[in-house]
Formats: sequence, C-alpha cells, structure tokens
Amino acid sequence: MVYLTRKAEFSASHLYHNPDFTPEENRRIFGKCNNPHGHGHNYTLEVTVKGEVDPRSGFVVDLKQLKEIMHREVLAAMDHRFLNKEVPEFLHQIPTTENIAIAIWHRLAPNLAAAKLHRVRVYETPDLFVDFYGEE
Amino acid sequence: MKAHLSRRYLFSASHRLHSEAMSDEENQSTYGKCNNPYGHGHNYTVEVTVSGPVDDKTGMVCNLADLDGFIEREVLARYGHENLNTIKEFTKEVPTTENLCIQIYEIVQRGFHYAHLERVRLEETMMNSFEYAGKSEPLR
Repeated sequence: MVYLTRKAEFSASHLYHNPDFTPEENRRIFGKCNNPHGHGHNYTLEVTVKGEVDPRSGFVVDLKQLKEIMHREVLAAMDHRFLNKEVPEFLHQIPTTENIAIAIWHRLAPNLAAAKLHRVRVYETPDLFVDFYGEE
Repeated sequence: MKAHLSRRYLFSASHRLHSEAMSDEENQSTYGKCNNPYGHGHNYTVEVTVSGPVDDKTGMVCNLADLDGFIEREVLARYGHENLNTIKEFTKEVPTTENLCIQIYEIVQRGFHYAHLERVRLEETMMNSFEYAGKSEPLR
C-alpha cells in the first residue's frame, strides 16, 4: 500500500456562531471567532490517497486527475469565499476546521475511484490542523 | 463523526545529555556535542493530537481555549525557558527529547479530559522529531 499526498491552498473567511446559543454563550464559547463580521485564513489542504501501484503506469493515482478533482470539488467552491454564506454545507453548520475537513472528505470520496481516500488534513493556521479519516 | 485535532506550541529550553550510569568516555562517545557540560538549547515545537466526535452544537472536537489553557499552564509554564536538567523528573533521567516527549504525553493524559489524547510529537530541531502515542496505541 502506498500513500500519496497532494496539497492545495485556499483563502476564505468565516465566523463561528450558533443561532441556538445566546449572544453571551456564543462569545464565551467562540471568543474572537464569534466576530459578526467574520475573519479569514489561508487554509492548507492535504489530501492523502492510498492504493497499490499500477504496474503499467507506476502510479497510485493520476495526479492530474486528483488535482482536477480537488479543484472542481473543493477549491472552486471554497477559495476566496465567505464560508458561512457561500458554501452549502455551512449555511446551517459552523465552518470549524473539523467541519471543513469532514465536508471536503464527503466532496472528494465519491470522486476517487482509482485510489481510496485515506485522510483529509486541513490547516487553519500552521499551528492548528484537523485530520479526518472518514470515521463515522 | 470522529476527527483528530492537532495543535502546535513553541517553547525554548536548554539541556545537557549526560548519564551518571556511564563513564566520561562513554558519555562523550554516546552523546557527542550534546554532552557539553554547559548544556545547549532548542526551540522545541510540541504538537498535541486529540480526537473525538465533532460536537453538533459547537462543531469542535474540544474547545481550543481549554487545550491552549491546559498546555500553557501544565507544559509551557513547566518547561519553557528552563534548564531541563534542573526539573524534578530529569534529575534521575536524561532529558532526551524521547523522554521529554513521554513526560509531556503523560502530563496531558493525566490532566486533560475534554478529548482523547492520540499522540504527542516533539520537534527538537527542523531535522529531528519524536512521537509518542502511549503504551498500547498504534500511530497512524
């Protein structure tokens, strides 16, 4: 089994707010991330796929295809967007790093036939990242 | 849905690698420059990985403020800007980064209960890093 990772970057804004919480609860739980005008990050996405090496091509997966899938399914939807208002998954769910990683997994997994999706890693900052391995 | 959250923290500390169980020559040949009697320092990066279900209401595995607060109080305040050889747990154990990684893991394991601790990774320099996932947990 060989693991292949492809990186991409996207820039987006978001805010953390639960409409079921009181304003005080939102401020206490989410702190500065509750700023109603939002704030932004340069996110780094790492997509790791796993599979056996094809003996003819020497590939686990065609990187051009993986790059195209990542662009079409993730970057086109999230790059330079305000996540809370412009990405369907986040209209009613907080775009925390956890939920972003999970949403990206569910966008990619159905499109990766040749190699299996192993892990989606999303860096919100260089010092904060979330891994999702598809565990329900 | 279960996710793994990792957070990185920086602290600076000095140490000397020297074992009382070895002769001076053995210490020199085992530890080389790290046996310098005056010690030397590192900017350590500690990466803590916790896991758990993503909370429906907050969208989080655990609140970062809780993790940051715990690590600040129990790890960074303990080891930051210290000479590790003077710290209680390293008076009888060589403060290699392996041993420091295990100590930090055990501090978090004992005291942080908001999420499950997966592993601690400690970068001594840009070229050397160490990971510890407890006695029975496999690393991914």
